Amino acid sequence: MTRPGTGPDLAVGAFVLLLGALALWQTSVIPASPIYAQVGPKAVPYVVSAGLFALGAGLVASALRGGWSHTLDGVREAPPTNWRSLGLLLAGLAANLVLIGPLGFSIAASAQFVLVAAAFGSRRLLRDLVLALVLTLLVWFLFVELLGVNIGAGVLEGLVLRALGQEVI
Amino acid sequence: MMDSIAGLQLGFANALTLGNLGWALLGCFLGTAIGVLPGIGPALTIALLLPITFKVEATGAFILFCGVFYGAMYGGSTTSILLNTPGESGSIITALEGAKMARNGRAGPALATAAIGSFVAGTIGTLGISFLGPVVVNLALKLGPAEYFSLMLLCFVTVSAVLGGSALRGLTSLFFGLLLGLVGIDLQTGQPRMTLGVPELLDGVNVVLVAVALFAVGETLYMAWRHTNAAPQVRQVGSIMMSRQDWRRSIGPWFRGSLLGFPFGVMPAGGTEMPTMLSYYAERKLVKPEHAKEFGTTGAIEGVAGPEAANNAAAAGILVPMLTLGLPTSATAAIMLSAFQSYGINPGPLLFEQQGALVWTLIASLYIANIMLVVLNLPLVGLWARILKIPQPQLYAGILVFATIGTYGISNSVTDLVLLYVIGIIGMFMRRFDFPTAPVVIGMILGPMAEQAMRQALTISEGDWTTFLTRPVSLAILLLALVALVGPRLYGRFAGAR
Repeated sequence: MTRPGTGPDLAVGAFVLLLGALALWQTSVIPASPIYAQVGPKAVPYVVSAGLFALGAGLVASALRGGWSHTLDGVREAPPTNWRSLGLLLAGLAANLVLIGPLGFSIAASAQFVLVAAAFGSRRLLRDLVLALVLTLLVWFLFVELLGVNIGAGVLEGLVLRALGQEVI
Repeated sequence: MMDSIAGLQLGFANALTLGNLGWALLGCFLGTAIGVLPGIGPALTIALLLPITFKVEATGAFILFCGVFYGAMYGGSTTSILLNTPGESGSIITALEGAKMARNGRAGPALATAAIGSFVAGTIGTLGISFLGPVVVNLALKLGPAEYFSLMLLCFVTVSAVLGGSALRGLTSLFFGLLLGLVGIDLQTGQPRMTLGVPELLDGVNVVLVAVALFAVGETLYMAWRHTNAAPQVRQVGSIMMSRQDWRRSIGPWFRGSLLGFPFGVMPAGGTEMPTMLSYYAERKLVKPEHAKEFGTTGAIEGVAGPEAANNAAAAGILVPMLTLGLPTSATAAIMLSAFQSYGINPGPLLFEQQGALVWTLIASLYIANIMLVVLNLPLVGLWARILKIPQPQLYAGILVFATIGTYGISNSVTDLVLLYVIGIIGMFMRRFDFPTAPVVIGMILGPMAEQAMRQALTISEGDWTTFLTRPVSLAILLLALVALVGPRLYGRFAGAR
């Protein structure tokens, strides 16, 4: 039980078990179909949930027998967890999540860009910010104008559109 | 045979229009660039380009996608050779000898033999698609829903349990994908499933979101987790001219690799690891004694030429089950399948009949893309090598900008972004614990199709579940799946017991 590497693998097995349990519960609440069908809407979800549950049990068993991940080259040679990088990156994702609604894509994604670049060791924040604003505006116009993706103009996109003399979408 | 030639004539006539040539060129350019960039691949790129299906007619979009698909194969070898970090499983073997050649100042010839080998393999593979495709279609037209369901089960087993490190982990990935595929309203009965009561989930989980989460967000998170400040070293390209001896030593491996790789791609066992590995060992055995010592030391050109050809031919082969049966055996093929679906086209045997012009134009543009790629790659290899110098911080920051717009653009919903990050974090742990990610995407696309086929089969048989076992072809396929699932383990136990 206390062999090295067993703990994390056990957690993975438990997570899959939990996912299977969640799926089983969700399957059980699927309302019975009023439409006649040879195979109802529940059959396949039951198979998939049971499968996940069984696989989770298999992973737990495998973890209890010593686990698998400590034998992987990627794990053995891996440098220690870089909390600073991971933290900054997660902060970047959170910033994007919070800002994209009120301020629009370019500002939110630029904040994310600067934080992510910092996470990977960039120290020139100002240059990253300028780069980010140019890139995000370019990407926005590319996706909205060329690919026809429907993303409303935020604060910054609105300013640029007005400067170009176009109507703000 | 005649079908193929007539089809190709029609296809080339369509593909050689200025517009379609433009799509092919754009796809090849984009594909090579993303193939070169470490950390992103064709599946992610095509997923991000999917919105194009609302604006551009199907032929143009698929020419673009196939250009990206082929281009990424060419670009992938550049990264393996110059950076010694293979971007995808198919180029791991190329990195073995290629990086050693680069360390010895022979990066140029290694890149050249990889590019020309890719061309040879791509051409042989495309010929294979042209002439094998209609044959498979004729066979497939005889299959009913029961056989289709069995075929999909076989596909599930091979993509998850046969390839990769462990059947247990591969199957877990697959079932995670199947679960994601179930989310949303059941099309047949209208019941909501697996939605956790969240109204946004009634439409199901978008495949673009999952692909972006696993291939961009998860990858970036993992790189941050393991981030060190050591900058990777990019080798100099030097002259790409191959000496007469390089040519002589490459020709055999190119053709052997191609002929080895294509059948592996065609079989639902998909995947490029096995053929590249086999090609490597074959070349190692077949090499002339005077060059044998170069393997593993200074880098042998045969060890680049063979596996790289096998990789490309297998990748081309993957298009055969995708186009003729509608069965995707790689993540990229699964994303392409969902592009077909967004046009309301169902790939499968009827595709060649109903969308003949589309299919043959697509195949013709594969020939064209191949020529474009060898032209783009040989003289411009210096340009591609420069892409490798994009610093890591800005590269990953940029990838996440694209990830954000690709996901937020689906429905302008912050819920989607939350889902993106949650699946991204799962993707990070999958990477850490060696769970393959491709089965997730394949399961997600193929799962609902399998359920539909199963229901059709059971409706036809009036609810008799033995229909899958009493129809001989279906039974044979199921037995094959069983062998694929337990065969390797039994063999391992047997071999271990001796």
